[in-house]
Amino acid sequence: MEIDLGPIWISLKLASVTVIVLLLLGTPLAWWLAFTRSRSRAVIEALVALPLVLPPTVLGFYLLILLGPAGPIGRFWVEITGTTLTFSFSGLVIASVIYSFPFAVQPLQTAFEGIGRSPLEAAATLGASPLDTFVRVASPLALRGYVSAIVLGFAHTLGEFGVVLMVGGNIPGVTKVVSIAIYEQVETLSYSQAHYLSAGLLTFSFVVLLSVYVFNRRIPITRL
Amino acid sequence: MRLLQTSLLILTGLTVAAPSSAESVAVAVAANFRAPMQTLVEHFETETGYDVKLISGSTGGLYAQIVNGAPYDLFIAADTRRPALLATAGLGLEQTQATIAIGQLVLWSVDADLIAAQELGALRDQSIRFLAIANPDLAPYGAAARQALMAMNLWEQWVSRIVYGENIAQAYAMAATGNAELALIARSQVSADAGAYLLIPPEFHEPIRQDAILLERGAANAAAVALLQFLSTPNAAAVILDFGYLVSN
Repeated sequence: MEIDLGPIWISLKLASVTVIVLLLLGTPLAWWLAFTRSRSRAVIEALVALPLVLPPTVLGFYLLILLGPAGPIGRFWVEITGTTLTFSFSGLVIASVIYSFPFAVQPLQTAFEGIGRSPLEAAATLGASPLDTFVRVASPLALRGYVSAIVLGFAHTLGEFGVVLMVGGNIPGVTKVVSIAIYEQVETLSYSQAHYLSAGLLTFSFVVLLSVYVFNRRIPITRL
Repeated sequence: MRLLQTSLLILTGLTVAAPSSAESVAVAVAANFRAPMQTLVEHFETETGYDVKLISGSTGGLYAQIVNGAPYDLFIAADTRRPALLATAGLGLEQTQATIAIGQLVLWSVDADLIAAQELGALRDQSIRFLAIANPDLAPYGAAARQALMAMNLWEQWVSRIVYGENIAQAYAMAATGNAELALIARSQVSADAGAYLLIPPEFHEPIRQDAILLERGAANAAAVALLQFLSTPNAAAVILDFGYLVSN
């Protein structure tokens, strides 16, 4: 039996790139959400959590409009790169980042909130710059949050289906990810191939989640 | 205690009795055929007084549900294969399998000028970025689209510029939002007020037959048998034609 490994690589590549972008965008936002006293905080929190409740097809449909050549983001992209965003790997990354955003932001926010203001204020009193405080005090204390954000963001991206199908167009070798490949095999009654990929995905997800929980138990929570 | 027992008895009696009720029929219908089926059912219900419940989904999904014991009496698929498989498995009555409708493949664009200017020649236009079709391995219209492109010797030219929807509804969405300039979809999906379409010559692909089959569970259900018969009457054919399908003679 021949198993096409292409979709697996695309999924892994997509999940890795997505996690990097998630951390770059999610960290400052989670930090702001954790410490702001702004009234708009609730609004932003609700927006971040939206992908949790929206059916993926709804999200996929809106993203198709937003990222499409006639949409505001898509048009801008066409102007600067000359290529369309939908049905491309870049488009998939944007869609995945939006789709997995709450999975990265929420653990980070909880972790930052858990640190509290006092260690940060202590560091500042001792003359640490804000960047220093963040890198050397806050980040080590929020390690659990980072691990959760990375793992959940990665695993959630790996498992997504509805959004990538709409935005990606399921092009073999470009946007055909493993979850779509599994769906196709189930629908075409190729159950044995579907089992291989599904069992692989299931095992992988379980191992990843298990290691997070084990790891999180081992990290001592240091309180200053 | 006696009361509890009685009510339990009544409850179990009800749940057992409800599915085998002769007045009602549960129909699993392929999503593309739901709209015409709705109209057909309205006619049928006023004519006979029977009660029809429609359950729609993808042909493959409904098939998997039926194999796993879903309580449906009648199955209207988007292909001939799934009903035949059910007949082989003894879950459907082979002699009742019949073609209800024949789908028509069209080239559609939300940009009416594109179709008006180039007609089918738009399929030879190298400057067009994307053509949306349904997944040929999953959806009969997708398979027909691939056959048609191959028949026109255009498959190789399009292969890297085709985007695949899970079904024709998604292929339509990809084109309706302007992400794909062209789509090969079902005549029954397109309306006169959005974009423009052209029929693909039917000789370019195998006929897209949608078969119905009476399921084992509906064999003794008079309503299910009556509905299946109703679907091949001239009255039903008129409705089916009206929705953009052909009927077999």
